[in-house]
Amino acid sequence: MIETRKLTCIDCPKGCQLSIETDNGKVMGISGNQCKKGEEYAKQEIENPMRILTTTVIAEGLPLKMIPVRTSGPIPKAKLKEAIEAARKTKITKPVQAETIITKNFLDLGVNLIATREILA
Amino acid sequence: MIKRELIVVGGGPAGMAAALSAYENGVKDILLLERDQFLGGILNQCIHTGFGLQHFKEDLTGPEFADRLIIKIKAIKADKAIEVSLQSFVVKLTDRKVVTYLKPGKFEEVQAKAIIMATGCRERTREMIPIPGDRPAGIFSAGLAQKMINIEGWLPGKEVVIIGSGDIGLIMARRFTLEGAKVKAVVEIQKESRGLVRNIVQCVQDFDIPLYFRHKIKRIIGHDRVEKVEVVAVDENLNEKPETAFDITCDTVLVSVGLIPENELIEMAGAEIEDLNTTSIPGIFSCGNSYKVYDLADSVTRDSEKAGKQAAEYLKRI
Amino acid sequence: MSKYDVLIIGGGVTGTSIARELSRYKLEIAILEKEEELAFGVSKSNSGIIHPGTQNPPSSLKGKLCVQGNLLTRKIAKELGVDFKEVGELIVIFKEEDMPRLLEIKKEAEALGIPKLKIVDKKWLAKHEPNLNKDIIAALYAPSAGIKKEFGNLPRFHIGAVSDNKDPNQIFESRFVINAAGLYADEISAMVGINDFKITPRKGEEYLLDKKLAKLTNHLIFPLPSPTSNGILVIKTSDGNPMIGPTAEDQIDKQDKSTTEAGMKKVLENVQRIVPKISKDNIIAYFAGLRPVSGKDFIIRHEDKVPGFISVAGIQSPGLTAAPAIALLVVKLLKQNGLALKKKILFFHKHRKPTVHLFAMPVEKAKALTKKDPAYGDIVCRCEMVSAKEIRDAIKRGAKTLDGIKFRTRCQSGRCHGGFCTTRAMKILAEELAMPLTEVTKRGKGSEIIKESRKQ
Repeated sequence: MIETRKLTCIDCPKGCQLSIETDNGKVMGISGNQCKKGEEYAKQEIENPMRILTTTVIAEGLPLKMIPVRTSGPIPKAKLKEAIEAARKTKITKPVQAETIITKNFLDLGVNLIATREILA
Repeated sequence: MIKRELIVVGGGPAGMAAALSAYENGVKDILLLERDQFLGGILNQCIHTGFGLQHFKEDLTGPEFADRLIIKIKAIKADKAIEVSLQSFVVKLTDRKVVTYLKPGKFEEVQAKAIIMATGCRERTREMIPIPGDRPAGIFSAGLAQKMINIEGWLPGKEVVIIGSGDIGLIMARRFTLEGAKVKAVVEIQKESRGLVRNIVQCVQDFDIPLYFRHKIKRIIGHDRVEKVEVVAVDENLNEKPETAFDITCDTVLVSVGLIPENELIEMAGAEIEDLNTTSIPGIFSCGNSYKVYDLADSVTRDSEKAGKQAAEYLKRI
Repeated sequence: MSKYDVLIIGGGVTGTSIARELSRYKLEIAILEKEEELAFGVSKSNSGIIHPGTQNPPSSLKGKLCVQGNLLTRKIAKELGVDFKEVGELIVIFKEEDMPRLLEIKKEAEALGIPKLKIVDKKWLAKHEPNLNKDIIAALYAPSAGIKKEFGNLPRFHIGAVSDNKDPNQIFESRFVINAAGLYADEISAMVGINDFKITPRKGEEYLLDKKLAKLTNHLIFPLPSPTSNGILVIKTSDGNPMIGPTAEDQIDKQDKSTTEAGMKKVLENVQRIVPKISKDNIIAYFAGLRPVSGKDFIIRHEDKVPGFISVAGIQSPGLTAAPAIALLVVKLLKQNGLALKKKILFFHKHRKPTVHLFAMPVEKAKALTKKDPAYGDIVCRCEMVSAKEIRDAIKRGAKTLDGIKFRTRCQSGRCHGGFCTTRAMKILAEELAMPLTEVTKRGKGSEIIKESRKQ
């Protein structure tokens, strides 16, 4: 099925309005971009949109109730809901530093769930 | 009275950057006062990414950005070169550079040779717009709601209308959605958002949240808790078009309509903000969001480093 | 079933004033209050003015009780550790043809016994109130008008220990019942078959201005009174922020306390006529209250049809000022109708310690106090510099809600409107009252602040 989709490129603050021809979810042609990055962005965003998840996990026995965390890299947008549910079930009981891995290979997505601040005992 | 070369008030990015830069420029007797129990300021509750692209050339979250500065401060081992005093709340500043602060069990007055105020900003409120109607529970500034969710682990509301489409409002739209609440609308009186395109896409469009431009909240309705808001379209002169009015039921209204520098201590000392980081009293500086409201923590850090240098130069001169 | 000598329905300014007066005697007294805290009904929105008694006919009960109440309030404020400041009021006129009306008000006020009244001229006004409209030609000056620290706080100080009785469907039996139910006094009276008065809610919107305008006026400034209200005025508050208002709109709904665009416009237009420099941008907060209006005067009487039942109704302005005098009158009515009053010798606790605010004392004392109790150094509300200790004290004195804390300490009432301090105040409240955070309210059930709290 051939469709035309509109996207705003977010690679830089210019925010080019892209017009993308797609066929069954595959990018066929792009217009409206002012640079090469627009093309890459559109292809990624249409074919496999990715997001970094930032949220919090609960801590026990530490001076803070909530510890901020992130995925170490972007994950598929479609997985955000599942990822946030998994993070809600995660608990930290030991001190962490920024970049301490909380969950290795988070949901088999090839990224880790990592702390983004230090919290000592 | 205790004497210090330099006192920095505020341990957010501005205060930390200013203290570090003053140290690097030769000041070795610095007292950094932070009212919270941690350094980092508001960055600690800004758990989303988008920080540090300019300053650290990396896409960091707020806490990570803060952490980089905290690590640098902790790395300075020289005794009292940068002494950090937490839970320390400044209540008074005089034109003679006496700082009075409180911390649990302590009421201290310190004489400084130079002072850098890095007290950040506060949010504009519903009362400043002003929005008429009831005054029930369920009306929050965006920053307060952010603190409740990210620091306290509370969910302030389940059906949310957000006023203002600046970055903070957009970020909170996503945060509420991820936490399981329904964001029913973002209402913006201007014809476009002041926020980053990236935030419009990833915080609002990603979750199909309706974004109303050229609309305003006419009234907040609710006896005990917010029950609904009345929304109305406005023309290009921001005059209401009464025939367009409609209600949105919700239990929460988030107000995200701008920030104001916190300058009350500087006013107390009788000083006025002048050129970049300086005030009308030589040796009293103001940097970061208490100097002016910045868009990016990166710019705050850059300009606050200048404040540290300015203070160091002032101390060499006197 | 609990048995009492006197049961007071309504824990507002009126009900608590009566209770305090009665507690001098050996009596069993109870107050029934429908809200979460005392003085959360009509009394919550009073403006803190202690009126001298002007603008009331000499024959009115209101006038007499107001003049008497003005004197009594000074004494009670001292006993309860509440600030009272005599600032005086001015009723201003713009036209020579209004002078006869002003002189009439003066004559009536003198007949009521209001002290030290005088007509002041343009020259006096220029000196003492430089920000007034230059078109104002004269004013009636009544120096005995006052303001009280913390709007409407007095009733919250009247009652010491409040024992909470949450048992539903309890029956209280009492020899005497006092109906001080404010907006609902007509409905309470109707229950015992008294139907000769109706309460109409009359809404008043008030707008608070920035503290930076603390020196805007030196007195309370009134225009000439109108038939429904003493007019929209410029109020001095002891916290510094001037307040402007109130409007006076009759309505049917006894709960609608919303502010309106029209109300704000009306208030601004009226006060700008008196003090031209006031602008919309000066407004930092606003609220509305409902006056319980029944005719022109207070209704305070023993209902002979229902022996033992006393109506205290229609207590609108100047109810706050008159309250201590109303209390004396009610005690008199009780006595006349057979209540034996035996004085307690030892157990009337007349005095209460004033609340402690660190910045209202000399530095050395503040230092010593912070050392003694570390919580004084733990600042929660940064705009008004309220410590954790003050908040805990307020809770010990009866605050059960965030509004209760706000009214007692000013925490959350500063520039940020609670943006910075709400979470901390909530945590202290939950801790002191041993309740879950999700049950912390703004002003009682239904006004819970948060929906969920993650469990550790």
